[in-house]
Amino acid sequence: MLSFNTLVAVCLIYVMILFLVAFVADRSAARNKNRLLSSPLIYTLSLSVYCTAWTFYGAVGYAARSGLEFVTIYLGPTLVMIGWWWFLRKLVRVGRSQRVTSIADLLSSRYGKSNLLGVIVTLIAVVGSTPYIALQLQSVTLSFSVFARHRAAGQEFLGLEATALWVAGGLALFTILFGTRNLDVNERHHGVVTAIAVEAIVKLVALLAVGVFVVWGVGGGPAGIAASVQDAMHAAPDGAWRLTGGRWIGLTFLSAAAFLTLPRMFHVLVVENLGERQLFVASWAFPTYLFLMSLFVLPIAVVGLGTLQQGANPDLFVLTIPLHFERDGLAMLSFLGGFSSATSMVIVASIALATMLSNHIIMPIWLSIRSQEATVSGDVRQILLIARRLSIIGVLVLGYLYYRISGGGSALAAIGMISFCGVAQILPAMAGGLLWRGASRNGAAAGLLVGFTLWAYTLFLPSFGDAGAMSASFLADGPFGIAWLKPHALFGVTGMDPVVHAIFWSMTLNTFAFVGVSLLSLPSPLERLQGAQFVNVLDHTRPAQGASFSAAAAEDLLIMAQRTIGADAAQTLFQNQARAQGKEGYLPDTTPDFIARLERALSGSVGAATAHAMIAQIMGGTTVSVDDLMAVADETQQMLVYSSQLEEKQKELTTTARQLSVANEKLTQLSIQKDAFLSQISHELRTPMTSIRAFSEILRDGGAEDAEAAGRHAGIIHAEALRLTRLLDDLLDLSVLEHGQVQLNPQREMLSNVLDRAVAATQSLIMSEDLRIHRDPSREQIVISTDTDRLAQVFINLIANTAKYNDAKFKRLTIRVRVRDDVLRIDFVDNGSGIPIESQAMIFEKFSRLTDTSAAGGAGLGLAICREVMDRLGGSITYLPGQRGAAFRVTLPLKKMPRGGET
Amino acid sequence: MTRQVLIIEDEPNIVEAISFILSRDGWAVATHADGKTAVDAVLNAVPDVLVLDVMLPGRSGYDILQELRGHDLTRRLPVLMLTARGQRTDREQAARLGVNCFMTKPFSNADVIRSLNELVPG
Repeated sequence: MLSFNTLVAVCLIYVMILFLVAFVADRSAARNKNRLLSSPLIYTLSLSVYCTAWTFYGAVGYAARSGLEFVTIYLGPTLVMIGWWWFLRKLVRVGRSQRVTSIADLLSSRYGKSNLLGVIVTLIAVVGSTPYIALQLQSVTLSFSVFARHRAAGQEFLGLEATALWVAGGLALFTILFGTRNLDVNERHHGVVTAIAVEAIVKLVALLAVGVFVVWGVGGGPAGIAASVQDAMHAAPDGAWRLTGGRWIGLTFLSAAAFLTLPRMFHVLVVENLGERQLFVASWAFPTYLFLMSLFVLPIAVVGLGTLQQGANPDLFVLTIPLHFERDGLAMLSFLGGFSSATSMVIVASIALATMLSNHIIMPIWLSIRSQEATVSGDVRQILLIARRLSIIGVLVLGYLYYRISGGGSALAAIGMISFCGVAQILPAMAGGLLWRGASRNGAAAGLLVGFTLWAYTLFLPSFGDAGAMSASFLADGPFGIAWLKPHALFGVTGMDPVVHAIFWSMTLNTFAFVGVSLLSLPSPLERLQGAQFVNVLDHTRPAQGASFSAAAAEDLLIMAQRTIGADAAQTLFQNQARAQGKEGYLPDTTPDFIARLERALSGSVGAATAHAMIAQIMGGTTVSVDDLMAVADETQQMLVYSSQLEEKQKELTTTARQLSVANEKLTQLSIQKDAFLSQISHELRTPMTSIRAFSEILRDGGAEDAEAAGRHAGIIHAEALRLTRLLDDLLDLSVLEHGQVQLNPQREMLSNVLDRAVAATQSLIMSEDLRIHRDPSREQIVISTDTDRLAQVFINLIANTAKYNDAKFKRLTIRVRVRDDVLRIDFVDNGSGIPIESQAMIFEKFSRLTDTSAAGGAGLGLAICREVMDRLGGSITYLPGQRGAAFRVTLPLKKMPRGGET
Repeated sequence: MTRQVLIIEDEPNIVEAISFILSRDGWAVATHADGKTAVDAVLNAVPDVLVLDVMLPGRSGYDILQELRGHDLTRRLPVLMLTARGQRTDREQAARLGVNCFMTKPFSNADVIRSLNELVPG
């Protein structure tokens, strides 16, 4: 009988051997002697992490309980390896071309490098894997307990929970030592993979050995086994061994899905893959391995049922049968097989989960907490290692807690199915992402969340039993008694197996949500780029050809980099890289590390997508397709984001443009006014000149003229000449006034004096027009201090206008003087018909002659000049409506007078 | 038969000058100074030729001519147009309205007489 201590010692020795294997493999990988490492054999064997303790122990238990149904667990992966080989190839190609480090990274990368998806997938993977890890703890613990039950008297067994804790601790240590000794850019672990391959052989040999022993040693050969199968089938509870189509299809689908989406499977299948040749061989070799693993499951089960006492745990038949027949060596081998199954699964799973946890949750949080300089300095590596180790411990702690909470009582197979169903939720987003370009980030997130929620509700939470998250009444009657929300009979679908029920609802609604939301949401440019690259990966990538690239590629890269980031920066970068690799000169080996560095450097100046496309073009890894170029264009479009500042500027420009347009309109208006003015002047000058010319020609030509007519004609010439002179004087006067070049001569004078002068100046006109002027001299005794000559000019103008235009029979002009608020007001009101309202606004404009003035000899500039003069004097002249006749008001402030000259 | 000319012009001195030279040349001269009533004056007199100023009080010469071109009596009435502005646009507008002769002030007396004689050969 094996002692418990011997068992522990053997385990430790076994682990040390594994560690040695891993160490040697890592060393030889570092020295590039990796022919064996990259062989398809190692890859195929590493895929055997699929066969965990569940398969090793649990399949027999499964067979004992449900007959051939356990085959579905092997059937799913087999179908994938054979039937979905093209999809696996695509997955592996994407994994390499995108340098995918985990399944979370794959989805994050596919859907526009969304870390949200990375986080969701990581959480699903962790939650989904937790029961699985608990399962391994449980099986190892159970196997220890089996030996403990058979222990020699006096030796103490630790107890199940303590054992589980020790196993969990040991596995954590083991994984940390194995999986996080160093960091690899590609997340490849040659040592671990090799150790797992060794464990795969141990598993297979152990199970085959037990099988051979059972069939030929105990069961009486194949014929005897066949008979036992018949017996077992009849002995089994009614219907337990019956094959039901729904469960078969559901479970086969589930194991196929899980084979692709389990974090540890993805890790060995995609991340650790070293070339498509490995996959090619594995496509037939791995199904063979599975076949061998499943070959003796049923015989062991039926023999166990037949030979061991009633109530023996069928999950442990693989161990208990050899022990029953006192084959200690075989039992030891069997134990090591189970131990291998559990450890390999836990190691790979926790490495994969730790990668996801640290890359998608811990590091983003840490980087956002830390300032920028952390990414530049070298301590990220150390932090990442610590994060990995903590993640591994965390994953195992979760597994242990699940084991404790779920009570460790459930059958191994049932726990396994819960895990499978959980991680299978990733399948729609993953498969859709690789096959359908329309798949969008929002769709993937929606599908994942819907599927995950339903899984948790229908399968995961109920797995804790009545005492766990859901009460017995909750499970039986639904939440708050709502029947259609019963976790095992959603929407009133009853009579389904709980697992099939969960698969059906979670996968169906997951897929619907994924497809529906994808169709409804618009993918971002980056998503479209990644989508094109993922879906078309087989069209524009080549299979890997080992890691050797020619120096020519490095030179091309240097030329391209010089053009992109400048000669100096590029040469420094290349030289440093070459030196770091221990090479002289400027051409380093184009290692993935160097390429990544270069791509980062380039993306600083041209953007990530462009940088990737540029390098891909030279390296030949990815040819730039129209889709990629479209994506580059999209990236350019993203630069429009930067144009928010430009928009700001544009706004300013718009304002400026509007101001300019207003100014322009003013100028146009001025130009029109100028043209009108010139046209007006032309008319005013040409009219008198016409008369002058016509009459002078008449005089010159002489002929039939009498002396009287000749005298009359000469008089007209003379008058028109004067009119021309006056016009020119007025124009000059107005020009001077308008341009502020007028010199004012302020002097103190009595207002009555100024008015007297004006009347005197217009005396001849007053006489000829028979105008009578009414004044009140007593009110005119006001001393004013202004340019009184200019003021007189205004008065003369007003008096002359009345004399000329007053249409009353007896022309009369009243000049009224008032002072109000220190402002002098002089009103000129006549008894004519006045100025029509519509014309009042324009009488002060140039040439705004209202009637035919040729008789009066005016040029239409008088009032315009008056307005300019009063402006200069600091006063004003306005038309005064409502006085019956024409009325003008001249105002002048008495207190101060503006300085003359330039104001 | 004596040829009739109607002068529509508001500047009395210019009217006098043109009247003088045309009378001396043997024309029967009528004059009108107001723009608003000019069309009626033309339709009443129906002269052989019209001398028309552009800048008239009340109504522009172009306006008057446009209306005259709509009447059967004056549709083909020869017109000598006088303007003190003489810009290109004026000349174009005059041409559009079928002005037979266009002169910018100040004009030469001989030109006026010759033009009118060409328009209405005696």
